[in-house]
Amino acid sequence: MNLKVLLSGIITALTLCGASVKGQDFLEGGRVTGNFQLDAQVYKADSAIGANEVEEKMRMNAFANLLYSNGNFNAGLRFETYLNPILGYDPRYKGSGVPYWFGSWKNEQFEITVGNFYEQFGSGMVLRSYEERNLGYDNAFKGARVRFSPYNGVTLKGLIGTQRFFWEQGPGIVRGLDGEFALNDMFDKKGKCKTRVTLGGSFVSKYQPLEEIVVNDTSQLLLPANVASWAARFNINRGGFNLDGEFANKLNDPSSVNNLIYKNGQSMLIQASYSMKRFGVIVSGKRTDNMSFKSKRTETGNSLDINYLPALTRQHAYSLSAMYPYATQPNGEMALQGQINYKIKKESLIGGKYGTDIALNYSRITSIKREEADGESTFLQSGTLGYKSPFLAFGDDLYFQDLNVEIQRKFSNGYKLLISYMYLNYNIDVIEGHPGEPMVKAHILIADMTFKFNQTNALKIELQRLYTKQDEGDWLQFMAEYTVAPKWFFTVSDQYNFGNPDQDRRFHYPTLAMGYTQGSNRLSLTYGKQREGIVCVGGVCRNVPASNGLTITLTSSF
Amino acid sequence: MKKILFLISLSVLLTTVSAQEAPTSGKKLPGVSVKTLEGKTISTADLNNGGKPMIISFWALWCKPCINELTTIADVYDDWVKETGVKLIAVSIDDSRSSPKVGPTVNGKGWEYDVLLDVNGEFKRAMNVNMIPHTFLVNGQGEIVWQHTSFSEGSELQLIDMVRKLNAGEAIESH
Repeated sequence: MNLKVLLSGIITALTLCGASVKGQDFLEGGRVTGNFQLDAQVYKADSAIGANEVEEKMRMNAFANLLYSNGNFNAGLRFETYLNPILGYDPRYKGSGVPYWFGSWKNEQFEITVGNFYEQFGSGMVLRSYEERNLGYDNAFKGARVRFSPYNGVTLKGLIGTQRFFWEQGPGIVRGLDGEFALNDMFDKKGKCKTRVTLGGSFVSKYQPLEEIVVNDTSQLLLPANVASWAARFNINRGGFNLDGEFANKLNDPSSVNNLIYKNGQSMLIQASYSMKRFGVIVSGKRTDNMSFKSKRTETGNSLDINYLPALTRQHAYSLSAMYPYATQPNGEMALQGQINYKIKKESLIGGKYGTDIALNYSRITSIKREEADGESTFLQSGTLGYKSPFLAFGDDLYFQDLNVEIQRKFSNGYKLLISYMYLNYNIDVIEGHPGEPMVKAHILIADMTFKFNQTNALKIELQRLYTKQDEGDWLQFMAEYTVAPKWFFTVSDQYNFGNPDQDRRFHYPTLAMGYTQGSNRLSLTYGKQREGIVCVGGVCRNVPASNGLTITLTSSF
Repeated sequence: MKKILFLISLSVLLTTVSAQEAPTSGKKLPGVSVKTLEGKTISTADLNNGGKPMIISFWALWCKPCINELTTIADVYDDWVKETGVKLIAVSIDDSRSSPKVGPTVNGKGWEYDVLLDVNGEFKRAMNVNMIPHTFLVNGQGEIVWQHTSFSEGSELQLIDMVRKLNAGEAIESH
């Protein structure tokens, strides 16, 4: 069945393409590109750190993408194999196959895609499908999409599809429409107006068959078959000034995530920034209320998300500053963020010969205010509206707070230094669901030095220190990396939980790594211990269990 | 499934024969939509530097080596432009969580690159980028002639060397 659909899709696209390219040319001018990645791990049990025995001894994830393009025609597929999925990946990935393929054709005005595809409307608050291969996240649509630009500055999109659920498709059908209107491109073709204005709007609807369920043995709930959501957005730009906003609304969508309440969901994101040479500032605010939107009512994990709720916190790149990462609480949060970047001038008294970069970032996330909507008996109860919430009021619970400053300076051709300080509050009870655990309050200090010996040899040393009285206590991290550009790197590092309140759990997590790069091919080997923790890339986080052993990673693009 | 694989392997056979000769590769830039920092949507197939070479570098705010690479090049970028006429296009793959911070950060660091936002990774996928930083060299005809992944201190010298070779019409190592 699938194969038939696939073939007919490709044939349709080929036929469509044939209208503009002759058959002979089609094969002659075509081009195939692709990439490949393999991650293999060999495990050794280490009961002390909690690394369990792995029966297979070795596990592997790998994928390869192949893209074919010829003029206005494109096709592609991705082969994935997980034998078995490496630790930290969802075990439901076990197996091999081609879960992703597509054919697409376009001309000046139309672009038609059949098969699997990724799409985002606006900031993604009502619809976003994307992949983070290194986290095992993939909610690609399978179906059809049309993009249509009838007029300069106007982009219309329409799609219909189901979403990827490991090796299957989720039960819900998602239908979406989006329009974006760049007013300057439409009405000011000569570009006389210095202010750019872009407006957009989306409509997304999910269908899952009507369902009647019984909760608490008494009340019978009718779960709606169709759930609609919409969003409106704008962007205004003038010189260095930029203002962005989006408002999203979702109709009643009782689900496992929101405890089957019938309240509408809302989300708003506003960001204002100003920048000029050597100076940039941005302020953002966001409200999220009951905005989990999945194509399966009972799904509570990281799968089948129709929308994406960006977290308004900085994504940290050092291991100790990234130890307590934040992810948006879809049931409700109020968020504020501000950032300033400034570069002290080159050749100045304070800036030094090469100038000095300073960055200051602050974010604060709290709960939303929840009040009784319909009397005490219905507060947060399944089958009711649950609660009501004043739109612009901050709740009393702090979820997350992060103040960080970073100073970076190149002193000479041979020496660079980055220092950073960070203070954070992390509500481990809410974010990780550990009821009763106290708020983590931590100070983190980082120094990152680079010594360049000649044109190709350099040594990088990182020292990181995390101070906290909560959770696992204090940490220290040391890393030294020697590189021979552009091909080799050698790293030795250790993470030491020297302040763990439990004296018997003051473990070291040493690793040794090396890698070789040739063009776009890269091989790396890492041997050592990995602590249990949360790894986040691009807004998605996954829990990685403790492990001990050898990791081999091979990537290639062609 | 077999039929598709056959179709693709057939096209590989038919098309890669002529792909080896540098500095012309025939590998044109794919055309997908990305946004400029001013909010304008453009097609990546239209990227050009008036017949001169172009560097396309994929990066993100959360990627330390990427920031390192772009900061290192920023110090010598003026000299590179004067000497070779090269232009660097820095493609941020930050998603909507961080993409609004890209403009203020880039300006705050005083970078003079052309910056593009690829918020849902469409350009990244079309270019087969796995890990960042990933840097491409594009010749004056808009063809990709060289690529490199990862950054270590000194890698930028190899990059500008490739640009010089390209300008001189010399062959470029395939990787």
